[in-house]
Amino acid sequence: MKKLSPKLSQKLAVSLLTVAMIITLIPVSAIIFIIVKNGISAISWEFLFSMPTQGMRAGGIFPAIVGTIAIVSCSIATALPIGVCAAIYLNEYARDNLLTRIIKLAIVNLAGIPSVVYGLFGLGIFVMFLGFGVSIIAGALTLAIMELPVIITTARSALSNVPNSFREASLALGVSRWQTIRHIVLPNALPGILTGAILSIARVAGETAPILFTAAAFYTPNLPHSVFDQVMALPYHLFIISTQIPNMPKNIIFGTALVLLVMVLSMSLIAIIARIIFRKRRKW
Amino acid sequence: MKKTKDKIIEKIIFICGILSIIFVALIFGFLFKEGIEFFRDFGLKNFLGSAVWRPTSVPPQFGILSLIAGSVLVTVGACIIAVPLGIAAALYISELAPKAIRDILKSLVELMAAVPSVVIGFVGMVIVAPYVRIILNLPTGLTAFTGSLVLAFMAMPTIITISEDAIRSVPKQYKDGALALGATNWQAIRRVVLMAAMPGIIAAIMLGIGRVIGETMAVMMVTGNAAHIPHSIFEPVRTMTATIAAEMGETVRESLHYRSLFAIGLILFLITFIVNFVADLFSGRSKNQ
Repeated sequence: MKKLSPKLSQKLAVSLLTVAMIITLIPVSAIIFIIVKNGISAISWEFLFSMPTQGMRAGGIFPAIVGTIAIVSCSIATALPIGVCAAIYLNEYARDNLLTRIIKLAIVNLAGIPSVVYGLFGLGIFVMFLGFGVSIIAGALTLAIMELPVIITTARSALSNVPNSFREASLALGVSRWQTIRHIVLPNALPGILTGAILSIARVAGETAPILFTAAAFYTPNLPHSVFDQVMALPYHLFIISTQIPNMPKNIIFGTALVLLVMVLSMSLIAIIARIIFRKRRKW
Repeated sequence: MKKTKDKIIEKIIFICGILSIIFVALIFGFLFKEGIEFFRDFGLKNFLGSAVWRPTSVPPQFGILSLIAGSVLVTVGACIIAVPLGIAAALYISELAPKAIRDILKSLVELMAAVPSVVIGFVGMVIVAPYVRIILNLPTGLTAFTGSLVLAFMAMPTIITISEDAIRSVPKQYKDGALALGATNWQAIRRVVLMAAMPGIIAAIMLGIGRVIGETMAVMMVTGNAAHIPHSIFEPVRTMTATIAAEMGETVRESLHYRSLFAIGLILFLITFIVNFVADLFSGRSKNQ
């Protein structure tokens, strides 16, 4: 085989890489386009804010929306404080020793555990062992552990972006270490921490496998009254109406998918844009 | 007074710090406890040495081999598609894209990662599967191949983001040196930048594999759920994750079937643990450069 001239291979490589980039972006655009095109007709005030009727083949998806919001807000309320404290420990207190290395390894592995294994764990510990039953709280705690690595990692990088001179200036004034963190480091890291939190909310809102056995109900006639109630959840609802219920009207399935997609993508987009703005505004 | 308050807060922070270790240990402990009881009742050899998964027949059979085969087949297929495309896209973003487009592309990749797996599974089921069936003239579109296509898409954001990080962290002098010696841009990228970024790229591939093996909903919706050893990639398969998700709802608590699913979970945990550990080793090596 004759060797290609460097100039030709340069041109070839550039076009191949460009094509690869375009191919990569096609599926995501196609998914959004298909779901918007087929689902937009189902969206109405009634669809968003009423209960499902006729075995979910008509009516709305209100309880599923409420359920997802309930699970996700409980989970972030648990995971955010724990995650931020863990990040503070790693960035401000931890020395470079064996314990710190084990913690980092644990975080990496926590991030890699399959979502359905979190579901098994949640079933074992929260639903059965602690006796919460299939409930908002059991699902929320399962998701909280799952989003912990994302929150710790983003919070940690936000903290480490605060310049050391800020800390030194405060410590030089005789302020204690915790007071320095509380009044100097945390306020400066807050934007980064919050964008990380929004990003992890978006991830978790679309998760199905972890809530499959811990929180989600096929159908509930009422909205939840307490955190110990089962709920319908948007991703699980999409799963059952697209696989378990025969003769389901197509536009309702696409409409449900559209609501879920808009919820998740708009939150991610807000986080991404906020991050860009904060980065530009940073004072150092 | 203030000192004791500081002390208490710092204790709380320390506890939160080590909580990750506790969670990993708890997860492993729970899976291990249920799994070990299953192995005692059913036998580790029968579990790992058989391909017959018939949990509800009499006597029940729990041979995991066909499920492992399903997972491996789908994963290998997804990697063949996602690895070259992902690395190429990462190279495009970091080396070729104009600065203004670069941030937009990176945001798009991040949005890709946010699409819920159940949405991807749904689109795979109603759009991709019928096309696979018609174009390849198969009896069903719900095959391992369809699963690989869908999973390739889901692995892509991981591979792109982490490879791009690795490529960008290669010192600029390396490439400048190659260019000064008269190499074309592509020669410099391929022979110098790509090689220097290789540990990070391998870490990216490992993490992508981890993501694919653990993926549940999308894979369950598009691979046809047939627990048998597949003869080709164009047959329906059943993965380990899909088995857990599909069967947990029907099991009786504390039964052999219930525990068998925890045993699968234990195997999955061990696989992802190893994959992530290796990825971590490689990404550590790329940072030390």
